[in-house]
Amino acid sequence: MPDDKKPGFSRDSISNTLMVAIGVSLVCSVLVSAAAIVLRPLQEANQNEFRQRIVLEVAGLYEPGVPVAEQFGNIETRIVDLETGQYVEDVDPESFDAEAAANDPKLGVSIPKDEDIAKIGRRAVYAPVYVVKDGETAKQYILPVRGKGLWSTLYGYLSVEPDGKTVSGLRFYEHAETPGLGDQIEKEPWLSQWPGKKIYDEGGNPQIEVVRGSVQPGPDEIHQVDGLSGATLTANGVTYLIQYWTGSHGFGPYLAKVSSEANDNG
Amino acid sequence: MAETRKIVLDPVIDNNPVMLQVLGICSALAVTTSLLPALLMCIAMTSVAALSGAAISSIRNRIPNNIRIIVQITIIASFVIVVDQLLKAYAFETSKQLSVFVGLIITNCIILGRAEAFAMSNGPGLSFLDGIGNGLGYSVVLLAVATLRELFGAGSLFGAQILPLTSNGGWYEANGLMLLPPSAFFIIGLLIWAVRVARPKQVEKPEYQIHEVHRTEVL
Repeated sequence: MPDDKKPGFSRDSISNTLMVAIGVSLVCSVLVSAAAIVLRPLQEANQNEFRQRIVLEVAGLYEPGVPVAEQFGNIETRIVDLETGQYVEDVDPESFDAEAAANDPKLGVSIPKDEDIAKIGRRAVYAPVYVVKDGETAKQYILPVRGKGLWSTLYGYLSVEPDGKTVSGLRFYEHAETPGLGDQIEKEPWLSQWPGKKIYDEGGNPQIEVVRGSVQPGPDEIHQVDGLSGATLTANGVTYLIQYWTGSHGFGPYLAKVSSEANDNG
Repeated sequence: MAETRKIVLDPVIDNNPVMLQVLGICSALAVTTSLLPALLMCIAMTSVAALSGAAISSIRNRIPNNIRIIVQITIIASFVIVVDQLLKAYAFETSKQLSVFVGLIITNCIILGRAEAFAMSNGPGLSFLDGIGNGLGYSVVLLAVATLRELFGAGSLFGAQILPLTSNGGWYEANGLMLLPPSAFFIIGLLIWAVRVARPKQVEKPEYQIHEVHRTEVL
């Protein structure tokens, strides 16, 4: 240990201890908060672009290399009141944060136990939907979905055809399932089975299911997707979250509205 | 210059923080499933080690003994948060894969170990280089493990397919074990073995000899 330079200076004295403690805390906190504030706009832009990119991917429109914001031009973000299925005009889709709203006493509702098959506890009263448009006609409706898997909450988007009854795509963008087993849910071979599956049975109940093993030919075939070996609980989580979000407590009323509009026009 | 060289290069093989001192294993298990996150983790870790070494060393004569660990951790934690924020701003996708592990650099024993053992008794310049050297030593191991795991676990390197997988119609059946954390343990173990065969000086003397039990003692 080097000797202290100034005579009479003791670095173990109470005054020096306090000075160093306060000085180091001050300098470090300034450094950390400066970094957080300076970089925040970039981080938010990243987050936003990432979300938009996943929406484009689930819609099957994503082209690497083209700026995401440009590709997002054909997609309209709307806010839906989940209970009635109607659009809400007085909420700004840009700033609406469904997850924060879910925990807000006014903007969120707790999901009744017997309805809460996705095990998420609460959901927001409103939810964003992304309407993919070609001119004036809607091509796809993209709904945010989430629910518990084996280890983690799965976050994803479900894309539905204009008839409101047929899956057109599914993507998960955040999860912490087992690498190599459960994380198949974000991979192409498994996800490519989803397009064309029928969401509801004749009575209008959500019927989509990830089965154990592979889908057997039969009348239920159009509702079923192959299971994931070694990841049954993750797969069950997917079943439940899709059934919840397409059910009467999720986007059911909205999809029913969309479906009847499609019939009126057709 | 010989000393500088030694400070930077010694920790790469001869005094490797992971292989000889067996520190920093936790993150080596977690972030090495593929090369890109591993590389980013190495850069983050090396820069934190170098910067915190220099910062701690520059105030080493003022740091009171009784709060020195707290001061060191505060400085290290601040640099880690800054690096984490930078990654989230400039390498968003990969930083998502690294999740909490960048934050956990704070608790990486290599960094605190170097702060205590080196930065507290050497100048800022040398401490900076010592951080770079130990960061490199850590990086060598991480990248070696990540190369093996990504190649044999997913048949690719930096995401580019090298071995065509059977699931995509190729001939290579991916080794799922490679994607799970235990495989990193096995690979690090094998690396330690290989290095100690090449450098017998690193082999420790057994601290404990298994005692042979004689029949009379049992009775």
